[in-house]
Amino acid sequence: MSRFLKVLTVAAGVSLVAGAAGAGKLGLGTEATPEEIAGWNIDVRPDGQGLPEGRGTVAEGEVVFAEQCAVCHGDFAEGAGRWPVLAGGWDTLKSQHPVKTIGSYWPYLSTVYDYIYRSMPFGNAQSLTPDQTYAIVAYLLYMNDVVTDDEFELSNENFTSIRMPNEDGFIEDDRPDTPLVSEVEPCMTDCKDEVKITKRARILDVTPDEDGDTAGISVD
Amino acid sequence: MSKSDTPEKGIASPSRRNLLKAGLAAGGLAATAGFARAAEPDPYNLPPNVADWSRYLGVGVDNAPYGMPSEHESEVVRRSVEWLTASRESSINFTPLHDLDGIITPNGLCFERHHGGVAEMNPTDYRLMINGLVDKPLIFTLEDLKRFPRENRLYFLECAANSGMEWRGAQLNGCQFTHGMVHCVMYTGVPLKYILEEAGLKTNAKWIMPEGGDAAGMNRSVPIEKALDDCMVAFKMNGEALRPEQGYPARLVVPGWEGNMWVKWLRRIEVGDQPWHAREETSKYTDLLASGKARRFTWVMDAKSVITNPSPQAPITHGKGQTVLTGLAWSGNGRVTRVDVTLDGGKNWHQARIDGPSLPKALHRFYFEFDWDGSDLLLQSRAYDDTGYVQPTKDELRAVRGENSIYHNNGIQTWHVMANGGVENVEIS
Repeated sequence: MSRFLKVLTVAAGVSLVAGAAGAGKLGLGTEATPEEIAGWNIDVRPDGQGLPEGRGTVAEGEVVFAEQCAVCHGDFAEGAGRWPVLAGGWDTLKSQHPVKTIGSYWPYLSTVYDYIYRSMPFGNAQSLTPDQTYAIVAYLLYMNDVVTDDEFELSNENFTSIRMPNEDGFIEDDRPDTPLVSEVEPCMTDCKDEVKITKRARILDVTPDEDGDTAGISVD
Repeated sequence: MSKSDTPEKGIASPSRRNLLKAGLAAGGLAATAGFARAAEPDPYNLPPNVADWSRYLGVGVDNAPYGMPSEHESEVVRRSVEWLTASRESSINFTPLHDLDGIITPNGLCFERHHGGVAEMNPTDYRLMINGLVDKPLIFTLEDLKRFPRENRLYFLECAANSGMEWRGAQLNGCQFTHGMVHCVMYTGVPLKYILEEAGLKTNAKWIMPEGGDAAGMNRSVPIEKALDDCMVAFKMNGEALRPEQGYPARLVVPGWEGNMWVKWLRRIEVGDQPWHAREETSKYTDLLASGKARRFTWVMDAKSVITNPSPQAPITHGKGQTVLTGLAWSGNGRVTRVDVTLDGGKNWHQARIDGPSLPKALHRFYFEFDWDGSDLLLQSRAYDDTGYVQPTKDELRAVRGENSIYHNNGIQTWHVMANGGVENVEIS
């Protein structure tokens, strides 16, 4: 076969993908089956999309929480050691030390379900049943005084009726919040008469040394 | 006999800690991690003598099939601040910015931030699922992804909490710790647009939710405009496969936006008509203001810069005279157009020289050479970008936001250079 023919033969087996950039279907990937999607589709939204069928009470949640969560988060969701505090913290958001808990800060209940199911308990993610997850969320609502009845049962049916206390505590990003060059041209010469050092890192002395040790303090 | 067997070479070198202590006692230089290059030259290696390396053969090829840095660079490593987090699996470490130059971060030095440890995925079993508001939900193998048209793009990635420990005042002595949650590599990957178009977006597709395959199942909401603009699914960094700790085998690239959104070990993208309000965009990565209200969806990393040398881990060791000041600048909104530096705490500013490529949403390298007279200096840098944004002071940010924001601290950094060449992290009037 002549070299020319060889080239022709090769060319015939190649559909033209020169315009591939954004040109649409390339025939890549395989269709995901409903079963495949169901196994991975674990996200839950504020409008309830993604909630599985299930239910759990505060009392049931207390038991699961004690077994699976309390080692890090404390029996009453008060937090153990450096691990996150999950309850309380009301009226602290304007203070020097805000305590951002599910009750004081989180705007939507769906986030609690979504996060617990996908990543907790730490080191054994996606191991809870829907009923266990509903029960833990119910217990956390109770510990945060969002529900006050210890016989309260949370389910996929009443889930979206729960409103979190800090739902209105968020605003959209309104940066830039400092002047642009067009508004204030930065000074280049003789910009100030005197400069004084006002703060020094060494006062806190929290920089790790070569062993990673530090005499430091925790700041959060 | 090789020279390393000779008695004078056999003397154990003092430990670095002792060197540090000696340095402290002698000169009062900052005793912080990563500093200390106090080795004395060996006259045997200096002219007119001829060193061993000029005389004897070195090791042959394949001594290190995957090459490593010189043993003399063993201090150039990522470092962590243990008290910051409750566990090592959900933790952070920092890029040694003071030891690097140019604008590319070596793969092994890119800072790490994991929420459930490093997922150990094998490429054969890797799958990326696209579901939700698409015409046809799809699953891609890694080989499938590599059959899309590819692009190469250089981008910085900065954690939203970079410099977060400095909101209330100077705290950590070293730009590795104050600014080291940033890196910049060249990504090779597929524009996310192509992948989404392959599944076919429905007309009500407004948001996507990338999700990680790690034990944290990291998930975020990304508006569809950004997804179709410059996002990528990357499988290479600086030419080689992603490192495990950077999301091997595939991660999302979200140029200019906070690092948490660059989901690693990407396993799924759901398309939806509204945001998910995931934990990492409500409880975390929202910016609490003094009013008690919090900003959310604060995605962009504003223009920022830092002087990397001199800095607390990189003091001036040569005494007065010709001195090179250098640093990094970047903006999530575009290109850095200019960097000013001051030596006297902001009384007078000088335009620094940007050298190397100036690419949008990538690190920029700047230099300012000067003749140091040996007196105390107060060094600062401020970056400008092509949107007209100029890096603010920390006090300007505090005046608007208070001190509880944690995230998005892009205020101007001050280093105090002392007469002995040591450098400390300070704030000034």
